[in-house]
Amino acid sequence: MIPLPTFKRRFAHGIHPDELTEQTVHLPIQRVPFVSNYVLPLGQHLGAPARPTVKTGERVQRGQLIAEPGAFVSTTLHSPVTGVVRAIAPRRYPNGKLQQAIEIEADPYATQRLEAKPSIDWASLSGDEFINHIQQAGIVGMGGAAFPTHVKYALPDGMHIKHLVINGAECEPYLTNDHRLMLERPDAVLQGVEIARQKLDAEQVTIGVEINKADAIDILEKKIKHLKYQHIKVIPLRVKYPQGAEKMLIQSLFGIEVPVGQLPRDVGITVNNVGTIVAIADYFNTGLPLIERIVTVSGPGVEKPANLIVPLGTPVREVLRFCGGLKQTTREVIMGGPMMGMPIASLDVPILKGSSGIIAFTAEQTAKPKEYPCIHCGRCAEACPHFLNPSRLARLSKVSRYEEMAQFHAMECVECGACTFSCPSGIPIVQLIKVGKTEIRKTGALSK
Amino acid sequence: MKKLKDPKLFVQAAPFLQQGLTTPKAMRDVIYALIPITLASIWFFGLSVLLVLMASIAGAVITDWMFSKNGSESLLDGSAVLTGLLLGLTLPPNLPLWMAFIGSVVGIGLGKTIWGGLGNNLFNPALVGRAFLLANFPNAMTTWAPGGGGLFHIYPSNFAWPFMQTTVDAVTTATPLGLMKFQQEETPLLDLIIGTTTGSFGETCGLLIILGGIYMILRRSIDWRIPVAILGTVIIFTGLLFIADSTYYPNPLFSIFSGGLLLGTFFMATDPVTSPMTPKGTWIFGIGIGIIVILIRVFGGFPEGMMYAILLMNATVPLIERYTQPRAFGHGGTAK
Repeated sequence: MIPLPTFKRRFAHGIHPDELTEQTVHLPIQRVPFVSNYVLPLGQHLGAPARPTVKTGERVQRGQLIAEPGAFVSTTLHSPVTGVVRAIAPRRYPNGKLQQAIEIEADPYATQRLEAKPSIDWASLSGDEFINHIQQAGIVGMGGAAFPTHVKYALPDGMHIKHLVINGAECEPYLTNDHRLMLERPDAVLQGVEIARQKLDAEQVTIGVEINKADAIDILEKKIKHLKYQHIKVIPLRVKYPQGAEKMLIQSLFGIEVPVGQLPRDVGITVNNVGTIVAIADYFNTGLPLIERIVTVSGPGVEKPANLIVPLGTPVREVLRFCGGLKQTTREVIMGGPMMGMPIASLDVPILKGSSGIIAFTAEQTAKPKEYPCIHCGRCAEACPHFLNPSRLARLSKVSRYEEMAQFHAMECVECGACTFSCPSGIPIVQLIKVGKTEIRKTGALSK
Repeated sequence: MKKLKDPKLFVQAAPFLQQGLTTPKAMRDVIYALIPITLASIWFFGLSVLLVLMASIAGAVITDWMFSKNGSESLLDGSAVLTGLLLGLTLPPNLPLWMAFIGSVVGIGLGKTIWGGLGNNLFNPALVGRAFLLANFPNAMTTWAPGGGGLFHIYPSNFAWPFMQTTVDAVTTATPLGLMKFQQEETPLLDLIIGTTTGSFGETCGLLIILGGIYMILRRSIDWRIPVAILGTVIIFTGLLFIADSTYYPNPLFSIFSGGLLLGTFFMATDPVTSPMTPKGTWIFGIGIGIIVILIRVFGGFPEGMMYAILLMNATVPLIERYTQPRAFGHGGTAK
């Protein structure tokens, strides 16, 4: 019996979109077959782009390092297949721009089997060695932001992490990859948790999971009880968007607001996504760097929705082909979740480390509502998890008053889209705010 | 392997989901909530009600259409029909039709389009129209014909020619508030709740107004805080007066159910455009209306003060919003 989340266990504001997970929630994770071509953009994580360590024409093994970190806030890339580097050249990135990328052609005769490596004795690693290992494994935040994970483990002197939080909220509609992962690999989750906790020297671990994933909560709790882990708690959360945002999750779990301009670590908390935690566990167990990820393929435009393990760099076209293709009524394909994801104009863009989903929409979902004047109903303000006044920000953006936007905390907007979702007048509020933020960054109007 | 034929893909910015409520739907909700009240008024006062409403709605729609940038498009949002309907419901049933028409023209013209159309006006357009009528035609606006003439009753004064002497109806009566103010006579509560009294025809049936209000609150078309704040303030304020001198002051329930208080509370003060957006602000706004309406009714020269109470508080909305802006996340305080 799962305890119901208490009234207090929630963040303020937010929205309740339909969960829409019924297409994929029951589907076990499957592996997609290897295809002929892979494209790995060098800047697919936050921070500096990676630097290639291979040359065109060079033969690479599956799991071999092909690009090294460009800076501390940057990470590595590894080849997802055994094959030959065909090009290091600009390739189309999901956002439509060209980005330097490594293109690898798979060797059709290679087995693609990973050579068995001994597991790494993580317990004996020093803090710096551990951080180096995580960076060498190319692990980033798997929730979508793709922030290099090792940076979260590099703490300034004297800073102590009391709480490790595992983010299993998965609040975006349609997505079920974290849900399936917790359900199918609870042992890997808990092993990753132990590695991360010991390396951070954290006292407590809290796994926050929304109650629409009751089976995952159940199985994690059983495993924890079996392993007699006193320090790991699974906390059921009410379903609410954007609970998967780091600061919202912390507010839900502990009732504290991370002060503006500070990071969770400043209040003694580190947050990792379940996908990230499993990537850590897999790396130390098998030496397998981040060369594949779990992607939910769903939406009304997909013939056969699925939860898939996809090698990084696989073209979206091939992933969709494995899922029976797109229906001819498809009008829009989103990489990521439907609230914060990125629409793609071409199916020839690759799956990235941060691609949590491929969602195909038909005309029914893509019809943007007719825009009416703002009637000050206040629904956007009630939805904004950062307590901003989105209606005012959007209005200022429309008339290009960007400096005033900065005064009204525009830069603190996390772009979750709850305001646009809730607007009855169909005003593209978050889109207008994003325009304003770009302008503010350009002019440096941020300076108080 | 068959080649996957690409559909033509759109690229729009996230988010890709939208909740179902739209502004026209919200407006329609309010109109639906007003339909029972309208039907009851027709039942009590006869066909004249329908004529007055048609005149006021026509005035509103025509004005909105003439002055809006994109012509007929602006009519689709339903706000003009709603303004006309609301204004009409606050008029006496025996009002000359041309006055109802002019009232709406002024309400939409000076109350809405001159500010830049829907969403930009400071004052409630229906009440601007009504204030204009009360100031210019005080006689016609306070001549209350009794109801009960049957369903097909039409008051002759409805057809008075513009700017000619109003044909004064033979029989007139005072409203419950007028009786209270000038003759210290309290109308039985049941009559007020059901609506068998005189007054502006839309405001007499308290029961249906409350039901309409509850419908809108459940549909989340209006902010529940505003009616709660107004009614709570009125009950407390008049309750204190009633305790102080129950022979002179009306009891709180009489205050609630008489005059335009309920109609104004649920249908006019809650207009999102002219009420504050911030939760704290809506409380201040509602409490302000509650205090002003009782001040006018009890200590002022008019028997009714709902219209002025709302208009006065409308004027304070920008100020209220300025001082009740929400504290952005992570700016001090770890509360909640």
